[in-house]
Amino acid sequence: MPEYQIVVCGSIVPDPLQTLEPISGPAGPALKNEMMLPAWLDPWAGHALFEAANLASKNPGSKVWLVALGPKAKLQQVMMTLAQKVPFELVALDGPAGGFTDASETAAALAEAIQAIPGLDRSRMLVFGGWESASRGTGTTMQIVGEILGITDQFQGVDEIKIEASGALRILERIEGGRHQVSLCDAPPALLGWATGNLPEPRNNPQVGMANMRTIMPALQKAKPTKVGADGLTFSSVAVPKQARDTKIVKDLPADQIAAEIVEWITNK
Amino acid sequence: MGHSPRNARNHAVSGSENPERPQMEADIVCVGFGPASGGFLTTLARGILNPDGSTAIESGVAPGMPLQVMCYERADDLGFGVSGVVTRARGIRESFPELDSAEIPMAAPVASEKILYLLDPVGASRRPALMRLADVAIRALGPVLRVKDDAMELPWTPDFLEKHGGLVLSMGQFTQWVAQQVMGTGAAQIWPGSPVGEAIIEDDGVAGIRLVDQGVAKDGKPSDGFMPGMEVRAPLTVVADGPVGPIGQQLDRAFGIPEGHHTHDWALGMKFVVDLPETCDLEPGTVLHTLGYPEPEIFGFFYVHPNRVASMGIFVPSWFDSPARTAYRYLQHWMLHPAIWRQVKGGHLRSWGAKTLQESGRRGEPRLAGNGFARIGEGSGSTNVLTNSGVDEAWTTGVILAEGVLELLKNKQPFTAENLESAYVARRRGSWVDKDGRIAERGRDGFQRGIIPGMIGMMLAGLTKGLVAMPGKPMPPHQRVKTLEEYYRGRIAPDEIRAIRKESDAKGISAHAALMERAGWPQIPFDGELLVSHQDALLIGGKVQAPAGYADHVEFLYPSDCGTCDSKICIEMCSGQAIYPGENGLPAFDREKCVHCGACLWNCASANPDDPERGRINFHAGAGGLHSAEN
Repeated sequence: MPEYQIVVCGSIVPDPLQTLEPISGPAGPALKNEMMLPAWLDPWAGHALFEAANLASKNPGSKVWLVALGPKAKLQQVMMTLAQKVPFELVALDGPAGGFTDASETAAALAEAIQAIPGLDRSRMLVFGGWESASRGTGTTMQIVGEILGITDQFQGVDEIKIEASGALRILERIEGGRHQVSLCDAPPALLGWATGNLPEPRNNPQVGMANMRTIMPALQKAKPTKVGADGLTFSSVAVPKQARDTKIVKDLPADQIAAEIVEWITNK
Repeated sequence: MGHSPRNARNHAVSGSENPERPQMEADIVCVGFGPASGGFLTTLARGILNPDGSTAIESGVAPGMPLQVMCYERADDLGFGVSGVVTRARGIRESFPELDSAEIPMAAPVASEKILYLLDPVGASRRPALMRLADVAIRALGPVLRVKDDAMELPWTPDFLEKHGGLVLSMGQFTQWVAQQVMGTGAAQIWPGSPVGEAIIEDDGVAGIRLVDQGVAKDGKPSDGFMPGMEVRAPLTVVADGPVGPIGQQLDRAFGIPEGHHTHDWALGMKFVVDLPETCDLEPGTVLHTLGYPEPEIFGFFYVHPNRVASMGIFVPSWFDSPARTAYRYLQHWMLHPAIWRQVKGGHLRSWGAKTLQESGRRGEPRLAGNGFARIGEGSGSTNVLTNSGVDEAWTTGVILAEGVLELLKNKQPFTAENLESAYVARRRGSWVDKDGRIAERGRDGFQRGIIPGMIGMMLAGLTKGLVAMPGKPMPPHQRVKTLEEYYRGRIAPDEIRAIRKESDAKGISAHAALMERAGWPQIPFDGELLVSHQDALLIGGKVQAPAGYADHVEFLYPSDCGTCDSKICIEMCSGQAIYPGENGLPAFDREKCVHCGACLWNCASANPDDPERGRINFHAGAGGLHSAEN
């Protein structure tokens, strides 16, 4: 049975429902009070991590690393919840996690951190990450990470990975029209940018948390200060999507009725 | 009519009779992470590690390892669901002598304090005759008394209320800051999203805790992905789960509370955190207390943080006899008072939240320690009801316990009731928390007889250091809460009340908005910024969420009997509209809206037939709630 070394790239984003307000800071655009907003692992990266852990659990001897670039204090906070979900070893980089960094700089920092993981064997390596990011919509970070690492087998918008009897990776990628493209990849190394996958968020497991903490706190303590930004980029304007809020909370409404109400609401606006 | 009790759900065996539970051992397990456990873990961490980070006290359960200290917090993250405060910070500063408030987001040294008496600008407030007369006199003497915007600044703030030298804090930000310090030492692990369902009670003591089951349906029965809650066994369980914490309640039931003690006095605090408009001229550290409006019994607070942010809100006390005492609606009327609105108009809602407070203070003190357990914080009766201070006291009880625990650990003495009594309880009895708590014990009794006797009683108790107080007997809700008909007598006819109730039940909403408007309160002019619907406050302000796979934590023990309840105060007062009229008008619960304030536990106006000191609602440990760390 193959023993994979799965490296997941993922960072933090503000918790859902937080009110985001762009401001101009000394280092360019930023989100107001970002350090005070509750944070969570980027949902796209979260799917990647949970899929990685699932794959590792089905292939004994496999191991999962999470390479996370973000402010150390916020990373520590998020890890206390995330660590209870699935087993992983943290590689922490202390730097900004907002959406206003150049994807290539972020990718370079992540790739450098991956290359520095001791004992990593390219013939067993799978690099996972989010296809997109909830804070950075360019969708290019993982591709650039793969390019820097020299991984040519890249898959984006992945919803499923299965291991064939031959050891080949059978991967489903989203394509237009709500369909999947099926690819067979002979063997690692490969890079997978995940869409939503098929797994629910794992339950909080205190024993998993305890085991993870043996590496998380030391990793945070030696988190490498990492300068990533947007040197050379000019932001012409920054804005959050315009919102029109008209709250109504109902339960168990049929989908047709929900759709009809939304259409009526839009029509009347 | 006989009672038809539904079997109270037992979280220890929820779902299946005896599920196989994972087990873990620790040296100390702590329930809840707030100011009390912050003080406890901060002090403990300094004692169990040497300055160079090496182990000073070795684990008893994992030989060769440092002491294994686990803290489990119910909320989805640390700092969610607590509240902004002004505190003298006496105990906090003793723990951090070099504390620079700039290190803590939203913290500011207290710069000024004022008390405002608010007149009634809309004419709907239920003021006693003497107060109405006083209002007429104040208005007539307006220029002399410097009345402005229907408010009069009191010329003097009593010493016992002053917080000079203290701090304005966001408790969410403060507890997150403390957690970072503690976890940075590596001496303790603090796990959010981990509700503790039950204490393991064995041999007349506590042997650890059980986390709640996951992967269960609303009724606690196993569902998809069932995962029995883990048992964490430890020689010492530190209970710091606040005034409505299920473990504190369980221990009260199991071991009883001291003779003559009670928790009949409580209050609901509800607040907004706002971005103040450019026009607001209040400096960081400004503290305003208000009284008199929207109802005489409701007190207001306004604390200014750095960067033009303020925490503001109201306290609705247990001795306000309205059975329709909706805090949210009253908060909006308070905010719209000209003296407040002048400062916040043009501002923007950042956060919203609510919590209940145990206001019996030291008279609500439970058994502080027993075999294998100790209690700290608000749930241990530490709040000072005279100085209106709870955070600093809670913090200090945690510090005191940690000092006692370190002494026992160093002497290799077990955590027996006797040892904890001498190492912790005796220390606490000699502390300023206990001394000030005794002064405050009778300070609020006068409020049982009305707002004016209450204010006089508070002043007497404060100025005489507790020697003199206005008498009054705090009562449980079933003796205290009036029916709607009684409360609105002379204002709304019983037939009309019934019609309003029927209409509200049919809509599945509480009746308080219709009742208040019928009683003369104007409608709220929503502006989408500060004046928003209750549901928008949940979404924009509280960001309230509930993860799937957990049981309902609010349980109606005698649901069929709830139909005969006149007040349905659980519905009317619910901070998140999570309790609403369901089938046949009976209260139903929606976990996804609950902010875990616990008002329903305190306010149930029907005595529990098995224990009249309790109501007919169980408030278990549950996940979810507020997702804001700015409160």
